[in-house]
Amino acid sequence: MIARPVGWLRANLFSSWLNTLLTLLILWALAGVVPPLLRWALTHAVFSAADSAVCRAADGACWAFITEKYRLILFGTYPYHQQWRPLLAVAVLIALFVVSCDRRTWKRWLLPLWLGGGILVGVLMWGGVLGLDYVENRLWGGLPLTLILSVVGLVVAFPVAVLLALGRRSELPVVRAVSVAYIELIRGVPLVSLLFMAAVMLPMVLPAGMTIDKLLRAQIAFILFAAAYLAEVVRGGLQAIPRGQYEAADALGLGYWQKMATVILPQALAVAIPPIVNTVIAFFKDTSLVIIIGLLDLLSTAKSAISDPGWHGFYRESYLFIAVIYWGFCFSLSRYSQWLERDLKHGHRS
Amino acid sequence: MSDGAPPIIRMTAVSKWYGAFQVLRDINLAVGPGERIVICGPSGSGKSTLIRCLNRLEEHQQGRIEIDGLELTGNLQRIDAVRREVGMVFQHFNLFPHLTVLENCTLAQLRVRKRPQAEAEAIAMTYLERVRIPDQARKYPGQLSGGQQQRVAIARSLCMTPKIMLFDEPTSALDPEMVKEVLDVMIGLAEDGMTMLCVTHEMGFARSVADRVIFMDRGEIVEENEPGEFFANPRSERTRLFLSQILSH
Repeated sequence: MIARPVGWLRANLFSSWLNTLLTLLILWALAGVVPPLLRWALTHAVFSAADSAVCRAADGACWAFITEKYRLILFGTYPYHQQWRPLLAVAVLIALFVVSCDRRTWKRWLLPLWLGGGILVGVLMWGGVLGLDYVENRLWGGLPLTLILSVVGLVVAFPVAVLLALGRRSELPVVRAVSVAYIELIRGVPLVSLLFMAAVMLPMVLPAGMTIDKLLRAQIAFILFAAAYLAEVVRGGLQAIPRGQYEAADALGLGYWQKMATVILPQALAVAIPPIVNTVIAFFKDTSLVIIIGLLDLLSTAKSAISDPGWHGFYRESYLFIAVIYWGFCFSLSRYSQWLERDLKHGHRS
Repeated sequence: MSDGAPPIIRMTAVSKWYGAFQVLRDINLAVGPGERIVICGPSGSGKSTLIRCLNRLEEHQQGRIEIDGLELTGNLQRIDAVRREVGMVFQHFNLFPHLTVLENCTLAQLRVRKRPQAEAEAIAMTYLERVRIPDQARKYPGQLSGGQQQRVAIARSLCMTPKIMLFDEPTSALDPEMVKEVLDVMIGLAEDGMTMLCVTHEMGFARSVADRVIFMDRGEIVEENEPGEFFANPRSERTRLFLSQILSH
């Protein structure tokens, strides 16, 4: 029983003088970093306090700040007593995702389910019906805003992206030219400038008296942006499918859309899972850029929480808190994509 | 041509170019219903291109191609109508790897022929039995041997109940021990009266099954004859050279 861990250590950590040196160096570095970190985060931390004075006296983390401010960070300026509504909206969005994870649910009813879920989220957030108070969307903020921007953005952008990718490979010159022009135009501009344009220039172009609210403008900018990027990812997947697959589908008499829907896209999208998830994760975090046009997403609310004069200066705790939330979502996505890749490969064990 | 019936395939003065390179030169060919044609020739002679023109996987630039009375033009509906009647088996099988064997066989039946699920599956099982692999129906193509995959590909085409079957070097990508199982299926098909055009180097198959053997070289039909004469007394020097190369081992 003793020999096994010793053998493992020797094989993995001390197999050569270089590895031994690296192991010792890393142990030394860990010894320097971990204890102070634990001291700060746990043993010397303040978990509850009536005001910030207690925190300022201690030399550990001030988790009391999070206890005090987590609802502001999570839900922004949404009316305090109505915050169960955004909480429920977040739960609905996450539930929709979880349900859609299993391949057995990839049926026709998934589309109405998402539509229904989307309407439910809208009703919860806006209210104004069913006895719910109306809440303007400029009061929305925090996690629900981040999730709505990214989920709606991706769900709408994805089908557009598939069409753009197919368009770019189309034999019809006009379709191809339009797709290429769109993708290259949007990809060639930073997201920040696209958001500015949506916020500042769109109202100038629109006829007088007509306005689109700021959230919708940001949402449109995100959809445009995500569609262009995802289109190129999907195109990469399409290029991986051998010509014989197209020819076999053609020879069987399948029409263009039948061929794409049943033969080409299922394979192309499966190939493209890693880059698709990569884009999705990047896009999810990019929603934090809406701060520049004054929308209060998760990052902005974390920032505004530390601007409270009474709790000034606890930026470490605040940013760590939202970092954990961001990480939780991104890591789950990443694990899911790895599982899905294996699951799909398992299917056709080639 | 059998019984003087009108031809089911008629190619008249068909030519095709890839850029400046001419792959097909003035091809004239008529195939009657139920006829079995073997096309052979050195690589690059245009034999694959010829049969790929018959279901418009390739476009011809000159001449006329008529399949069962329909002329192949750029008209997409016409092309789809022709493809419904013409089955094709490829050198590399081209099965759909993300679908099971059964799904490979039912996909086009459901989408193109609009048959109900149960009927499509029953038809698929009939043809899978015919190619002698009904027990593999729930597997994925990647789990089968090359010979089995090619037999599934044949069954998949037959499920559409085509009037014509095109074979594009169906045994060239197979390990030698699997060639026979595929040829046996093709022989069975020929015995049932299917109209078949086979591009193949299997001269034994040509000798025993074909009604006519066509020899192509440099994009043109050099010689066509019934197999006995073709192998015993080839008329052209090029045919003789090709046969000596292919039969010498």
